[in-house]
Amino acid sequence: MDEKVAVFRKEHFNAAHRLHNPHWSEEKNGQVFGKCNNPNYHGHNYELIVKLVGYPDKETGYLMDMKNLSTLIKKEVLEKLDHKNLNLDVKEFKNLNPTAENIAKVIYQILRGHIQEDIALAIRLYETERNFVEYPA
Amino acid sequence: MVYLTRLEHFNAAHKLYNPQWSHEQNEAVFGACANENWHGHNFDLYVTVKGEVEEATGFLIDVKKLKALILQYVIEPLDHKNLNQDVPFLKNKMCSTENLAIAIWEQLQPQLPDHITLHCVKIYETPRICVEYYGE
Repeated sequence: MDEKVAVFRKEHFNAAHRLHNPHWSEEKNGQVFGKCNNPNYHGHNYELIVKLVGYPDKETGYLMDMKNLSTLIKKEVLEKLDHKNLNLDVKEFKNLNPTAENIAKVIYQILRGHIQEDIALAIRLYETERNFVEYPA
Repeated sequence: MVYLTRLEHFNAAHKLYNPQWSHEQNEAVFGACANENWHGHNFDLYVTVKGEVEEATGFLIDVKKLKALILQYVIEPLDHKNLNQDVPFLKNKMCSTENLAIAIWEQLQPQLPDHITLHCVKIYETPRICVEYYGE
């Protein structure tokens, strides 16, 4: 019974963004970020996988009620990010480049405070089917 | 008759917003898709052509050539772009996936060699939403 289990919840959101460092020249931004620097933005279908690891509750058999996890992700993450422009509409990216790495970190920071402390949290974020990141690493 | 399909993909921003309407009407009709600051997708594009197989090569069309045409006339203008603002062939059009499929057909059809016919342009806007256009 005292064995750790991992549970996963998969969600998705669609958003626009651009990769841009305001401290650099237009030329340098173009060189480093290429097409992702397009001033009029581009966008992605992001796939989000939230992973929880811990000991299931002895009475319920649950690590966390998945209904509650789903509701939490929808309320705290998807409402903030879905059908949004990450650079313009999301305060967390006002001074932070919305790379997949940074989006995963922001999602982690948002969710961490809402999940029981003895449950480990990890975020996997697919920007495309071929590019994905994990945080923490 | 043989059918051949090539899959390509592009990432783009867009919004669904009719400039003739009020902000309220746009929100009522298009919901979250009307966000004035855009949102975006990973689009998957399936281009299907049809025709007779050439005896000497066994090919309907050399797929390298078909790929080059799709990249030049479709992917290059669309990838990592804002569909509403950056794409000449979508200017003044509503950037729905339906209209995108029709516009891609119109871009590609005149570029194909005479011995093959464009059969279908199919676009996945998300893994759950897909549009097909057969030029009808």
